[in-house]
Amino acid sequence: METNMQPVTLPGRGWSGLSIGRERWMPWARRAVFFGGLLLAWELVARAGIWPEYLFPAPSRVFAALANGIGKGLYLTAAWVSLQRIAIGYAISLAAGVVLGLLIGRVRALNETLGSLVLGLQALPSVCWLPLAILWMGLSERAIIFVVVMGALFSITLGVEAGVKNTPPQYVKAARVLGARGVALYSEVILPAALPAVLSGLKQGWTFAWRSLMAGELLFYTLSLGNLLQTGRDLNDAAQVMAVMVMIIIVGVTIDQAVFAPLERRVRARWGLNG
Amino acid sequence: MITDVVTQTCAPILRLEGVSKTFNGQNGAVEALQPVSLDVRAGEFVCLLGPSGCGKSTLLSLIAGLEKPTTGNVFANGKAVTGPGVDRVLMFQDGALFPWLNVRANVEFGLRQTGMPRRERAGATQRWIDAVHLTGFERSFVHELSGGMRQRVAIARALAINPDILLMDEPFGALDAMTRDLMHRELESIWESNHKTVMFVTHNVREAVALGDRVVVFAARPGRIVAEFHIDLPRPRSLEDHALVDQARQITAVLREAGAESLHSAVRSGAPA
Repeated sequence: METNMQPVTLPGRGWSGLSIGRERWMPWARRAVFFGGLLLAWELVARAGIWPEYLFPAPSRVFAALANGIGKGLYLTAAWVSLQRIAIGYAISLAAGVVLGLLIGRVRALNETLGSLVLGLQALPSVCWLPLAILWMGLSERAIIFVVVMGALFSITLGVEAGVKNTPPQYVKAARVLGARGVALYSEVILPAALPAVLSGLKQGWTFAWRSLMAGELLFYTLSLGNLLQTGRDLNDAAQVMAVMVMIIIVGVTIDQAVFAPLERRVRARWGLNG
Repeated sequence: MITDVVTQTCAPILRLEGVSKTFNGQNGAVEALQPVSLDVRAGEFVCLLGPSGCGKSTLLSLIAGLEKPTTGNVFANGKAVTGPGVDRVLMFQDGALFPWLNVRANVEFGLRQTGMPRRERAGATQRWIDAVHLTGFERSFVHELSGGMRQRVAIARALAINPDILLMDEPFGALDAMTRDLMHRELESIWESNHKTVMFVTHNVREAVALGDRVVVFAARPGRIVAEFHIDLPRPRSLEDHALVDQARQITAVLREAGAESLHSAVRSGAPA
C-alpha cells in the first residue's frame, strides 16, 4: 500500500531566522518605536520654539548636558554620595525593621501596642520628618540619613510582620518536632518562610527611602543628585535639571533590576510561584 | 467496648495514662478526646482508625509534645513528655516540607539541629534519600515533586534523625490509590528493616488492617477509643487477601455501630446511650 507522506509545515513560521523568539524581541521593538517616536516629537516641539530653550530644552540638549556632566565626573560623584547615604540609611532600616517586624509579628502584646504605633507612623510621608530632623541634628548628614531611615523603616517592618504572621503554623510545628528551638526557629524557619512577603516590604522600603533621600538632598548644600537638581534650578537650566532627573531614574532602575528583581526571581523559582 | 491493654512483660516504649484534651474554642469548650489509656511496645505498628473529629490526630499531637494534655500523662521511654523531642517525630498530612529548601536540605534539617558535623550529615542524608528511592532528586525543590515523592521526602526527613517513635498523621490521604499502594509497600519495607515503633492515623479501614499489628478504633463526638483489634496476618499483606477483607469488614461494623451511637447521643443532646 502506498502512503503519501507530505512534510507538514507548522503554522506561525514567519521570516526564516526571525521566527525563533518572536515573542522575545517584539516587546522591545514596540518599545523602541514608542520611545523613539516620543523623543522625536519632543525634539520637534522644542525646536519649534514655542517655549524658551532654557525652559523646554530638546532631548539632544538634555543628552549633551548628561554627557557633559558624566564626562566631568560631576554626576558620578554626586551619584556616589547619594548612593552612600541610601546604603547606610537602608542598612539601618533593614536591621531595625527586621527585628521590629519579628517582635510585632510574634509577641501579641507588642502587636497590639507597637504595631498600632507603626501603622500610624507609616501614614506620615517620610519627607515630613525632615524639618524635625534638621531641628534636632542641624543641617547635617545625620539628618538626611535619619529621613532615609524613616522612609524605609515602616515598610520593612510591616513587610516582615506580614510575612511572619502569615507563616503557616505547620512549618513551625514541623520544625519543632525535628528538634529546632529558640533562635534556630527564627533564622531557619520563620524568616525563610516569610521571605516572599518580606521581599515586597523590602522593595517598597527601598522606593520610599530613595524618594525621601531626594527630597532631603534638595534642601542640603553638599554635592549629591538631589543637590544637582536644585543647582540646575538656581542656574535656570532645565537641560541640567532634566539630565539629573535621567541620572536619578537610571540609578533607581539599575538597583531595582540588579538587586531586587533577581532576588525576587530566585525566591519565586524556589517556591514554585512562577507556575 | 473500651479495652485497656494488658501490661506487657517488657516495659512499653509509649504509655498513655488517662490522656484527654479539651480545647477552649470560640463556641465554648470542645472535648476533642476523652481519657484514653494505651500501651505501645517497641517495634509495634499501631494504627489509629476512626472518622474525622474522633481525636486521633489530637492524640498524635499530644504524643509529639506539640500540645499538653488536659488530664493524664504521656510517657515515652519511661520519661514524661513535656514538649517536642526528637525521639518522637510527627509527620503531617501534607508533608509540611519546607518550600524554600531543596530535597537534600529538607532531609538534612533535623540533623542540622543536632549539631552533627557536616560530612556525617551528608552521608546520613544521602543514605535516607536513597532508602526512599529519590536518588537524583537531591536538588529538586518541593514544587517540582509529585505527591508521592513529597511524602517520601517527609519520611526520609523524619527517619534521618533516628527517632524511636514515628507518628504519621494520615500521610497517604492525599495520594491516589496506586501511589498509596506503592507507599504502603515502601513504608512496610522501611519499617521491617529498622523496626521503629509507628503510630499511624487513618480513616481507611483496609489501610489500617494492611499495615498494622494492632488497630485501635476511635469514635467521634466525643473522641474516644471503642475497640482494639490484633492483626495476626502474615506480611507482606495484600489488600485482596480474604482474611484481610474479613477483618476489615469486622472493624467497619464496629465503626458503624459506634458512629450510630454517637449520632443517637447527639440527638438526645449529650445524654449517654
